[in-house]
Amino acid sequence: MAARPLIFNIQRFSTHDGPGIRTTVFFKGCPLRCAWCHNPESQSFSPQLMVDEDRCVSCGMCLAACPQGAIARGADGCVRTDRAYCVACGACVDFCPEDARELAGTPAPLAAELADRLLADRMFFERSGGGVTLSGGECLAQDIDYLEELCRTLHDEGVHVAIDTCGFAPRGHVERLLPYADLWLYDLKALDDEVHRRTTGVSNERILDNLAFLARSGAKIEIRVPVVHPVNDGEEAMCALAAYVTERVGTPRVSLLPYHTTGTGKYRRLGVDPGQEGFRAPSAEHMDRLVKLLAEQGLTDVELGG
Amino acid sequence: METSTIASFDDIAEQQLEAIDAALAAVRSHDAPTRVTSHDTWADDHGMNERVKRLRHQSETTQPYLDMERALIETATYLRHEGSVSTPELRGMVLRDYFADKTISIEPGELIVGEKGRGPQAAPTFPELCCHTLADMRNMNDREQVNFRVTDDDLAAQASIVIPYWRARASREKIMRAQTSAWHDAFEAGIFTEFYEQRAGGHTCLGSERGVRAGFDEIRADIQAAIDALDYMADEHAVAKCDELHGMLIALDAVTILAERYAELAERMAAEESDATRAAELAQIAENCRTVAHDRPRTFWQWIQRYWFIHLAITSETNPWDAYTPGRLDQHLIGYYRADVAAGELTRERALELLECLWVKFNNQPAPPKVGVTLKESGTYSDFANINTGGITPEGTDGVNEVSYLILDCMDEMMFIQPNSNVQISRKTPRRFLCRACEVARAGWGQPAFYNTEEIVDELLAAGKSLADARRGGSSGCVETGCWGYEAYPLTGYFNLPKILEITLNDGVDPRTGKLIGLRTGDPRSFATYDELFDAYVRQMKHFIDIKVRGSNINTQICARENPVPFMSLMTEDCIARGEDYNAGGARYNTTYLQGVGIGSITDALASIKYNVYDHARFTMGELLGALASNFAGECDARIRVLASRRTPKYGNDDDYADDIMRAVFACFRDSVTGRPNMRRGEWRIDMLPTTCHIYFGEVTGASPSGRLAGEPVSDGISPEAHADVNGPTAVIKSCAKMDHASTGGTLLNQKFTPSSIAGDRGLDNLADLVRSYFDMGGHHVQFNIVDRETLIDAQRHPEAYRDLIVRVAGFSEKWCNLGRELQDEIINRTEQGF
Repeated sequence: MAARPLIFNIQRFSTHDGPGIRTTVFFKGCPLRCAWCHNPESQSFSPQLMVDEDRCVSCGMCLAACPQGAIARGADGCVRTDRAYCVACGACVDFCPEDARELAGTPAPLAAELADRLLADRMFFERSGGGVTLSGGECLAQDIDYLEELCRTLHDEGVHVAIDTCGFAPRGHVERLLPYADLWLYDLKALDDEVHRRTTGVSNERILDNLAFLARSGAKIEIRVPVVHPVNDGEEAMCALAAYVTERVGTPRVSLLPYHTTGTGKYRRLGVDPGQEGFRAPSAEHMDRLVKLLAEQGLTDVELGG
Repeated sequence: METSTIASFDDIAEQQLEAIDAALAAVRSHDAPTRVTSHDTWADDHGMNERVKRLRHQSETTQPYLDMERALIETATYLRHEGSVSTPELRGMVLRDYFADKTISIEPGELIVGEKGRGPQAAPTFPELCCHTLADMRNMNDREQVNFRVTDDDLAAQASIVIPYWRARASREKIMRAQTSAWHDAFEAGIFTEFYEQRAGGHTCLGSERGVRAGFDEIRADIQAAIDALDYMADEHAVAKCDELHGMLIALDAVTILAERYAELAERMAAEESDATRAAELAQIAENCRTVAHDRPRTFWQWIQRYWFIHLAITSETNPWDAYTPGRLDQHLIGYYRADVAAGELTRERALELLECLWVKFNNQPAPPKVGVTLKESGTYSDFANINTGGITPEGTDGVNEVSYLILDCMDEMMFIQPNSNVQISRKTPRRFLCRACEVARAGWGQPAFYNTEEIVDELLAAGKSLADARRGGSSGCVETGCWGYEAYPLTGYFNLPKILEITLNDGVDPRTGKLIGLRTGDPRSFATYDELFDAYVRQMKHFIDIKVRGSNINTQICARENPVPFMSLMTEDCIARGEDYNAGGARYNTTYLQGVGIGSITDALASIKYNVYDHARFTMGELLGALASNFAGECDARIRVLASRRTPKYGNDDDYADDIMRAVFACFRDSVTGRPNMRRGEWRIDMLPTTCHIYFGEVTGASPSGRLAGEPVSDGISPEAHADVNGPTAVIKSCAKMDHASTGGTLLNQKFTPSSIAGDRGLDNLADLVRSYFDMGGHHVQFNIVDRETLIDAQRHPEAYRDLIVRVAGFSEKWCNLGRELQDEIINRTEQGF
């Protein structure tokens, strides 16, 4: 059995990843490197220390806590963390009075234990038609035995399970979760494979294959499209996407999620170069145009995230 | 010789009465003040039409002012009659003389008439309960927060007439004199507060069949029948009952007199009115007043007018905590509404207009000015009239009707602090009603609050009510459960749960004063286990509950002796049948409440000690005591504070480690209070609510083992301590639901959202489902704060105080504190656009 997955957040009262009141588990690690990613702490499969320099008051309480000696006070009096020495053990986090330090990624408990924790909000799920959403990162990139056990346990308890995925996963992983997943929140970024490779680092071939497979299998699917200018917000690109969806999937609900800048600060806190920049959110008018366009293609159940 | 002595007393009384007349003339010579506002036009105001907007504008822009009429007329009544009549009769006479002599007016456009004082925003005083000093009165006039205009003539009347007569007679003095030094020590230390200190018991709602429907002449006949039935051959209390019943007759005359005066005034004004429409309205007002002065109300309009006279009588007779409310207004009105609409005499719009006029009336009555600790424990001028909508009928069927929706429209449109308004949600409540209520709440000003009907019924059944009576019940004031029209359930004071731990950690001494006020339970450094510490805490708690209960039992009896309330009694069953007063156990049910404050703070404090000192040895008791003594200012204290306030289990996160401690403290508090005799043939029970007392209790409480700094507020209601809950609203709700609400008389939970986090149809559904889920789990009450831009800006400046704030970001929701500066800026700007 592979190492237990890392989790970087469990969000209760999560109300935008599937129907009703939900609890969303964010697994850490993703095979894609979307240039616009707003959750950069979800990309690496290893724990990472996040330091919010804006919040740090250089009190120095973390200095003594660091077993690696990775934290030091500079000549200017400011406390800095040397990433070269940091092993993301998280020892400093509890000592920070300003909550400036955070460890992204802690080992998941046993699947049965995690399922138990997720069931804490069962009454809210049942009242609201909600449930559990497995997200990431890329949840399908985690240990599949673990995921299958988690999904099966939740499913057997009568909990609605949604899988939020980019679709870039071995077919076998998709097949094994298929019996237990009530809803697939399926990301589609670009149909043009060259664009897809350039902006996400991988080909969309496997993604489209898996989507078609899910559709053939009768899975309930919701398509989620991050709309990023200038990557995929053109009318032509959107038309192609809509045509593909109607042909292969039918008329599922489509969520258009306009690009936003929430990731900017996180890259800094991770000490990571955000890389490619210059993305922006399409205008509200343009989003309205895209919604109309999808409707013309037969996709009338369109939701605007935001 | 004898004759001349009597004559000279008469002369003195005559001189005093003349002085009172002169003082009355002087205080009446001052017009009502108006407040200067930046947008001094009615058109910007809320309301369905010009009439309501004008009335609302007048209500909101008039400067509250002290009104001396009541105190002066009351003094004259006492001079004339004290000693020659029984106390209940004397109290009835006070109301009668006041209603017969007080200034009355009908404001332009009013459809519902009558004010407690001389006009909108006039605040009469009640020197028989609390006789304000001149310094108190000057402070009321000068202070920054809600202030009351006080004129020189008011001060002169207070100095020459009210103070000399009432200074030693006021209940407040008698209550203070009756208490032990242990009580005074605990009171001054801020262990508890005392409700009877400045206001009287009260705290009930309209609800009995007689109270809701009967004509005043019918009630008069009922009282007379009870007098005729008195058994002087066998009943040793027959004379006292006769006095009480005669007091009720006099008090009932008072309200008839007032209604007739308004009828005459309306008739006079109608005759002089040039506008034909208004003249017709005034004629109708006259007819309404004339009818309800004696008979049952015949229309929707008349029912509201009748209620309003009852409200004025209850709140003029004494100064009861938590005003009075019509109880299930929608159910009381629905029969009249349907009949009037069927007869073509009422439209939906007119009905809404009448409700909005009633809302203005509530808002016109500022809570009587408070002083000292009472001002702090209840630092608001809301008079806690809390109108109840929805719920179930006494037969157990769904109580929501057309008027329920009208009331939601009314509260949505009026946006008043007073009346406070709430909805009762039962299993039978239609989703449409719940969602409409959520929609109004989402507008972001905290109303309506949501109450769980099934839980209220359980609470009342647990307290021994019959099923039919339990179904008639609800929550009034803040969240307090009672059986409306059948129960007297006064509150007696707040109880500072976290402060008692501070006393325990100091071996009985209050470190603020160095005074020994508790038990000597030992040096906490000598406690080998957490259980030893908890035992010591429990002993201290019981010690202070003994002091509090003893004190309040004394005050209950003083109140019953000095301040019978014949009018409130005749509106509450079974006072007429028993010939006994509301304040003396005459009601069918009699409960006395003690309100626990700071359950979140005490839980976190104990959890921190258990976790850090005993279970994980992260620091020692000695180190902790040192840190608390220095308010975490010592060299090593910052680390203790970090450990205590981070990664230590806290209440509000659905974590059993902390929540089990909450349950233990709660059970101990409840079991130490519930069931004690309350001197009114009933029992003590507990509430878990703070009003604003958690601020005051925080001021007097030093640093907490949870990392809370000295002087910071303690947690409110059953909500988690500020910034302790970090797992979102469902975790808070689950923690709160671990408390056994059914064994209380009400609990209060605040939840905070930003407008965008519950935006759209989906947001509304989620809010409704959150309420439903909490109530499925047995929650008693929840209310929502939907925060605005100013709060967000403050949250940016002081993120440590907003760790539980959730904002909608973009496609997901996130905790405010988790967001970077630039994103916060963006959301602040976006939110502004959103409004």
